[in-house]
Parts: sequence; C-alpha cells; structure tokens
Amino acid sequence: MLIRPFGINEFWIIVMAAQWTIALSAIAFAGGGIGGLLIALARVSDAKWPRLLATGFIRIFQGTPLLMQLFLVFFGMNILGFAINPWIAAAVALTLHASAFLGEIWRGCIEAIPPGQREAATALGLRYFNRMRYIILPQASRIAIAPTVGFLVQLIKGTSLAAIIGFTELTRQGQIINNATFSPFMVFGTVAAVYFILCWPLSLLARRMEVKFSRSTTR
Amino acid sequence: MTEAKANATAAAVRGTSDLAVHMEGVNKWYGAYHALKEVNLEVNRGERIVICGPSGSGKSTLIRCINQLEVIQQGRIVVDGHDLTAGGKNVDLVRQETGMVFQSFNLFPHMTVLENCTLAPMKVRGISKAEAEATARRFLERVRIPEQAEKYPAQLSGGQQQRVAIARALCMNPKIMLFDEPTSALDPEMVKEVLDTMIDLAKEGMTMLCVTHEMGFARQVADRVIFMDRGEILEMGPPDTFFENPKNERLKNFLGQIA
Repeated sequence: MLIRPFGINEFWIIVMAAQWTIALSAIAFAGGGIGGLLIALARVSDAKWPRLLATGFIRIFQGTPLLMQLFLVFFGMNILGFAINPWIAAAVALTLHASAFLGEIWRGCIEAIPPGQREAATALGLRYFNRMRYIILPQASRIAIAPTVGFLVQLIKGTSLAAIIGFTELTRQGQIINNATFSPFMVFGTVAAVYFILCWPLSLLARRMEVKFSRSTTR
Repeated sequence: MTEAKANATAAAVRGTSDLAVHMEGVNKWYGAYHALKEVNLEVNRGERIVICGPSGSGKSTLIRCINQLEVIQQGRIVVDGHDLTAGGKNVDLVRQETGMVFQSFNLFPHMTVLENCTLAPMKVRGISKAEAEATARRFLERVRIPEQAEKYPAQLSGGQQQRVAIARALCMNPKIMLFDEPTSALDPEMVKEVLDTMIDLAKEGMTMLCVTHEMGFARQVADRVIFMDRGEILEMGPPDTFFENPKNERLKNFLGQIA
C-alpha cells in the first residue's frame, strides 16, 4: 500500500467525518430525550413496578462500559437474525445509554421540586398529566438544562467508541486516514481538535447556565 | 365519643349528602405511628370549624384527608355527598369542590399571579381563557391585590402570596375551603391581612375548616372549635364554652400555654 502524506485533503476528510459524529449524537440525544423522560417518570412513579423496572434499567447501563453496551447490541442484533448494521447498532446502543443517564439526571430534577407544588396542584383538581405538564416538568426542566448539556458533551465523546464496531464517524475516519498516511500525531491531533471544537462551546454553555440558575435561585 | 357515634347514626339516617363533610371511624397510620384515632366529625354546609391542638396532634392530617392528600386506612369520609372511600371519580370531584390553602403558600413560582389563578379553571373545568381571567381578576380584587396580577410570586410579600393562594383556590368556585395553618409562616404584621380575608370569606357563608393557632380568629368566626391531641378529637364545641369552660384536662393545659 502506498503511503501518502497528510495534506489538506486528508485534513478535510477528517473534518467532514464530524457530520457522522454529529448525526449519531443527535439521534442518540433525541432518542435518549424521549427514553429518558419515560425512565424519569417511571422512576418517580407511585406504582412499584415501573419504579423497579426503571431502576434496574438505569443500574445496568450505569454499571457497564459503553463499549460493552455497543458490543451487546451489535452482536445481539446478529443473533436475533438482523443483518449486521453498525449505524443501527450504534444508534440503538447510544439511545439506550442516553435514556438511562438522562433518566437518572431528570429524576433528580423532578425530585428537587418541593412536594408542596404537587400537593397544591392536586388540591386544585389537576390530574397526573396536567400536574406534570404544567407544574412539575416546567420547573424541573429549568434545573435540568445545565446537567443535560453536560451529558450531551459526554455523549458526543462517547460516540467515538462506535468506531470499534465499524461505524465511520470522526474517530474511525481518523484511523482510516492514519493507516494511509502513518502520521498519527497529525491525524489524531486533528481528530481531537474537532471533538474539542464541538464540545467546548457546549461546556461553556452548560457552565453559564449553571451560574445563571444558581443566581436565580439564591435571589 | 358516644355522642359522636349517635351523631354518626343520625347522619346515616338522614343521609350523608346533606352534610359538607362526614367522617366516620377514621383511622390513619404512618407506618407504626397512629396519626388519626377513630375520628368522627360532621360539618354542616356553611359551618365554620376551627381545629387546634399541639403540633403533631393530627390536625393537619385530618384536613388533608378531606381532599385525599392523605389516604386513610380505615373508616369512611364523605365530602359533599361523594364517598372518598369509593375512590376513582369521586376523589377528582371532591378535589374540584374543595379549595385548600397551605402554610407555605405553594404558589407556582414559574407562573404569574394571574396564571396561578387561571390554570386549574381552564384545565380542570374547561373554562375559556378570557372567562378564567375575568374570574381571577374578580377574586384578586376581593383579596385586595388586583394590581399584582402580572407579577411572579417571588415579587410579593408573604401576606400577598397567601392572599393569592386564597384567590387561586376560590377561582375553582369551591364549596368547602380547607386552611392548613395559613398564617403560621407569616411575619406578624402580615397575619391580619390574611385573617381579614378569611373573615370576609366566612361572612359570605363559605364552609370552612381551618387549622390555626389564631384563637382570636376562632372566637370571632368559628361555629365550632375542635381540640385534637395525639390523633384524637378530645373536645368540640361552640367557642364560648370551648374557651370559657373547657372540660378536657389537656385542653385546659393547652389553652393555658397559648394564652
């Protein structure tokens, strides 16, 4: 195989691969948003079974490495008779992963709302759906923004593990280019820089919102 | 106790639906702790009841059972003809017909005063926004804070917040109002404005159950005063006899301490 130098072309190939990292992150975040809300609601439910199931789900995903979760979904799909598809496997595994973590973060935010809020809403005749929709979740979401953005940063970095099951995103593209150029420092330096450019503004945003929130609550 | 039992049987004969609240043999436990012991109570429509007693006596628990913020383990509670023990739809109906005011106000901090007052009428009763706002402004006028409608709860004083809470409850057009120590969290200079609002409400004939330590209020508006201790109703009677001629030793003690 011919070794070619690391030039502007190779640089752009790596930068463009960021779109797949962004796409995978977006899918996992959107799916995890829906899953996480369901998990969080099950976790604070008055009924025993939803609470136990949600707790079990969270414990499993918090107690195992993301890489194992990717492997299990990837190979599990094969065993269940689906064709091996890194895209679907990565999207499913990261969605489940994000559901568990967002579910746990949001549970904490829901439980941080004083019980008097729920009691006042109940006493006014509001039933479960309206209580959540108009009273509890709007207040919980204000506390949730900062840690949620913080988790999104973790999730973006976590998508790099999908390279191992053959999903061609930023990290995998870097590996491919490195195999052709043998300039690991340039290649992975570029890859790292792209991750940093994606994540740093989000980290700043999360910190700013945290400051803003703590100011608005100490007033 | 026997008198209460006799009352209960009388109620069974003439039908519990004539009463605002009917409690019969109510028992409640928190784990091993016996919070309400064999409570029997009947409240007529338009009657004003004040409940007092030392802290931990079960008085808050008692009124929180009336709109089922607390679930009882034994006995029967019928509110405005709806049997709570039957559960389901009746619980919703009872909550729609009872307004509650809490010690810590519990206004919704992310909503303006006006939104606090219009949410339940719109979402529970299905009233239009325009109508709900008109009603809300009328009640805010009645509790004498119409100019605060667009503000958020955090911008108001404690007394103002509690008056908003009263207006919010009234917007549901309740038949019964429950007050759970409505002035206990207020600075002394704000107690009067809230009590005055409650006195106005009493004058209009609202059925009221108030847990409070304001004995002046009890003398002025109560038809009956109830003394509770350790989960039991120990004495019940019109304010004159209750304060001037108490029979129960623990009540005498209690009155001596707060006087």
